[in-house]
This record gives sequence, C-alpha cells and structure tokens, in this order.
Amino acid sequence: MRKAHLPALVWILGIPAAFAATPNLGKPITPAEMARWDIDIGRDGKWLPPGDGTAAQGAPIYAEKCAACHGDGGRGTELSRTGLPSPPVLVSDVKRKGIDGSTTSIANFWPYAPPLFGYIRAAMPWNTPRSLSDHEVYALTAYILAENKLIDAKQVMNAKTLPKVMMPNRNGFLVRFPEITPR
Amino acid sequence: MKRRTKSPGDDGAAEQAAGNGLLHRRALLGTAVAGIVGAGIGPTATSAAAEPLVEPPWGLQVGENTPAYQTPSKFAGNVVRSLSNPKFEPRSSLSRTPHHLLEGSTTPNGLHFTINHTGVPDIDPRLHRLLIHGLVRRPLVFTLDALLRYPTISRAAFVECGGNSAPLFSPKPIQADVQALHGLASCAEWTGVKLSLLLEECGVDPSAKWFIAEGADAPHLMRSVPLSKGLDDAMIALYQNGEPLMPGNGFPMRLLLPGWEGNLNIKFLRRIKLVTEPAMSFWESQVYTEPMPLQSKTRGKAYQFTFLNEVKSFITRPSPGLDLKQPGMYEISGIAYSGRGKIAKVMVSADGGSSWADAALQAPVMSKAFTRFRMPWRWNGAPATLQSRAWDDQGYYQPTRAAFVAERGQLDAVPSVLAFRNHHINTITSWSVDPHGVVKHAYA
Repeated sequence: MRKAHLPALVWILGIPAAFAATPNLGKPITPAEMARWDIDIGRDGKWLPPGDGTAAQGAPIYAEKCAACHGDGGRGTELSRTGLPSPPVLVSDVKRKGIDGSTTSIANFWPYAPPLFGYIRAAMPWNTPRSLSDHEVYALTAYILAENKLIDAKQVMNAKTLPKVMMPNRNGFLVRFPEITPR
Repeated sequence: MKRRTKSPGDDGAAEQAAGNGLLHRRALLGTAVAGIVGAGIGPTATSAAAEPLVEPPWGLQVGENTPAYQTPSKFAGNVVRSLSNPKFEPRSSLSRTPHHLLEGSTTPNGLHFTINHTGVPDIDPRLHRLLIHGLVRRPLVFTLDALLRYPTISRAAFVECGGNSAPLFSPKPIQADVQALHGLASCAEWTGVKLSLLLEECGVDPSAKWFIAEGADAPHLMRSVPLSKGLDDAMIALYQNGEPLMPGNGFPMRLLLPGWEGNLNIKFLRRIKLVTEPAMSFWESQVYTEPMPLQSKTRGKAYQFTFLNEVKSFITRPSPGLDLKQPGMYEISGIAYSGRGKIAKVMVSADGGSSWADAALQAPVMSKAFTRFRMPWRWNGAPATLQSRAWDDQGYYQPTRAAFVAERGQLDAVPSVLAFRNHHINTITSWSVDPHGVVKHAYA
C-alpha cells in the first residue's frame, strides 16, 4: 500500500524520481542568500559587480595595504626577487626568459584582465582578505594595470571597461591535454 | 627483461639481473631460491660477532602512561616534514614528506605534505558549508553532518603538487635529499562522498562544461576543473587514512581529484560552481603554467591546463643522507605512481642506465596511488649510479632527463632548491654512489 503511493508523494514534493534513492539532504538556496560567496569573475568579465575606480584612487590604497608585501609601486621586494615562493612582483616590463616562470608577470603573461579583479577581491590583502569594497578593488586593478602601462593612467575601470583591456599574451598558451579539456 | 643464467665465473652469487650487482627480484621473495643461503644474500657474511645480551632499563621498570592520541617515539623524532617558512613570514608555507625515512605506500597523516598560502585555517566544522550552484537545476547547500549521511567510498590516491621535483629543472644536479627534491607528493586512503552523487541531486544543466572549486580559507583558492572529472572519480574527501582530514590537508572537507595536479584538489572546499568556461584565475593564469623553451618550435608559448600528474618514480633507499656503510647486500626501495592509472612496471639500473632489471612491485597495485617497488642489490664497493624508471598501464613511461630537457628545456642557472621556476617534471632521478658509500644526486 505504501509502496504504491510513493511515486505520487515524490511528485507532490517536487522531487524528481531519480533522486528518491539518494539522501537528498542539501538545502535549496536563493541567489540573494549566496551573494556574499558568489564571487568568481568570468575571464571575459562576466559577473563583474557595479562600482568603478581609477589608478589615482588606487595608489594610496596600494601604498597602505599592498606595498609591504609587493614593494613600492608593485615592483617587488628583496624576497620576491629571490625566486622563492613569495608575493609576486605586480609591475614589471621584463621580457620572459626561457622556461623561467619567475619572469612571468601580469604584463607579459596573464591572458585576461578581469581575473585580476577576481583575485584581489577573493584573496587580498594577504592578512585581511575580503575587506576591500568593490570600488577599492576596481581602483587597485586600475592602479596595477596603469603602472604596467596596459591602460591609460586616467582610464576608469568598471564592469564595462575592464573586459576590454587587451592583455599582450592573450594567445600565448597551449592546452596541455586537449583530450580532457573542454573547448 | 629476460632472466640471465648464472655464469660459472660468478663466484656463486645469486642470480644477476642487470649490471653492477642488481639481483633478480625473486631474491626478495620468501619462497626458496636455489642457492640463496650460501650465496651471500644474507647480511651476516660481514657481521661482527655478537656481544652478550643484557636486560635493558625499559625491561626493568614501568613505562609511560598511555596517551589518548599517540605520537612517534622520541627516537623517531627525525621522521618529520621539512618546512619552507619556519618563521611564518607573510607568504606561503610548505612542508615536505620525508620519503627517505618512510616505507610502504601510505603517507602517515602527520607527514603528508602541505602547501598553505595564507596559513592553516581553524575551521569549525559545524559552521562550514558546501555550496553547489551555477548551471544546476537547483543550487544546494550541504553541512558536514548532512554529507556524513551519504554513501561513502574509500580509495587510495596520491596527491602531488605540480611543482614537485622542480629542482630537476636545474642545469646541474642540486645536492639535496629526496625529501627536498620529491617531498611534495604523498599518498593516503581517502574516504568521502562521490561528487557525482551531489551533482546529480542538484541536476546538472547540459550547458555546463567546467566547474570552479573554491576553498573557505583566506586565499579562497579557486581552480577551474573539467566537469567530466567531477562526474568521473572526483570525491568530497572527509577522512584521511581513517581519521578526519588533517587541518593542513583540508579539514573538514576537500576536493579529491585522483591523479590530478595537487593545487586542483581544493582544500577546505566550500563552493562548486558549474560554468561553461574556465575562470582563468591567478592560479591558472600565472602559477600552474609551463613556459616552453626559447629554442623550441613553441617558443614564447606556455602549457596551460596541465591537469595530469604523469608517471614518475624515484628511489628512496639508498638516497642522499642514507650512505652505505660497507659493501654487501642492500635492498633498493622506492615509490612509483601515475595520474593515468596503475603502475605496470618499474625497472632499476645500478650502472646509470646501461642495463636494467625489473623491480618487484608490492601488491596490491592500485590506480593513481603510490606503488612501492623493491630490488635486491649487492654493492661491490665500486662507483654505482642508481636509477628507477616506471611505466603505467596506459603505456606511458618516465622520460630520461635528456629526453625531457630536449622537449621542455632546463634553466640557465642553478635555482634555489625551494624555487618553482617551472612545473610538471617527471624525469628519471639518479643517485650516484662513490667508493665510500656516499650517495649524491646526479644527472646520468
């Protein structure tokens, strides 16, 4: 008797029959409820939030919150020049050298600009991550891109302009295992 | 390799399998091998006479109380990880597995390598959540308590940093031990819930091709993973060698992608977002890429999405720091693994690759897990160069260093042993043994 009613019950609860055999203990959640965590930025700028910033706004934030690890003007510290695992140099016009990955940089290597916003917002500053407003993140992004001469010093960075920043090494990659990498 | 017959001039030695004293792996088995007892296999031939036995102090008194969680003997206190950042400066902290002091194929939890970019987080599992969202029919949040009610599976799997063995990119062999050279790989038995089961409950949108996985600790480390791996053997791991995950290995839950680059196995996993294309996060834009040599056809380019850790092996005993005391019988022991599947064969050479013999593989040989190999060796006191070379069951094998360098290049100058100038190197490792028994890292 119970058995006969089970499919109907499943249908009433809106649970597809295929789930009936699994525990199904996840709780549904709305976009608003997950907003604080939903922080990835698409490589072409998808999901960039409202807000904007300029290099001039970013410079004092950089000096206060970033320079201790990344050096004055993003040029690195003694530690970052050792090649040891350390906070990377952010501003560099060095040419890449052979296979030496320690000469790769934002300017000579990163294929897309929006992930710079995504990384700063998710992981920086090192000792107080997720403490910056979106405006501050845009301002820091603008500062780093301008110091690297990848944008004009006065250019405003926001959800419309950041995806248009062309990175010089955009086509510099070879997919190592195409057979397991979706196109 | 075919068995070589014993030659009359061989002064009664056990079966030679390859040059410079490598003996047939059968000599390791408990089963009788004709002539083994009289052939100098046993270590007793050169042993000094025994001294009278005494009753030591620990046989004459009460021992220590039993602790709730036991730790190694103080006499095994050197069996520890090496630390890259012991003063905890504001940068990443790495700890490396002491392979030369371990045996078998399982890394004890306290000795599993860790890389933490912003310290080890102190996560309260009651407050931890796992969110699955993006291109799914219904986004869901899971607690640890909820996941503990799901069907679980256990499997052995190695985890290896993409930068493990990076010192072998040096143009000259860096004099360091196997812990420093290869210590960013470890192997455990992991227990958890298959990711495919949770994805099925969320209902995967057919347009999803990738997922972005993110950790709950300060760096919120994000990596993009092909969805096909998530639907294959990916696991939300909750237990490591039978106990809850260690804090440095992702407590209370981590993504386990068997055989794939360590950094992708997101620790402290809190979010999985199904998407159509990779995020190109910092980790995949800059860090885990492999610039190609300037002299190659692909100069200026760099590999990206180097998901697989390819077949590798190295000898852990003898190895630098474990010098040979005297000529005689030794067991060569080492580790082999492949991100593509099972280890099919390991061969060992004692003459720098001129001749090779099959090593014994410790059963059970498991897919994407450490396999211990062993080989009996009679060292005659002359210089020797020890090497191991592994094959996996998909037909891939370890390249010689020369073959690897011809394709992927090497550095212009000797780097720090702690530096990661490039990633994903799986060449043969060579140990030279001099007439004094001193073992050094060599290129051969």
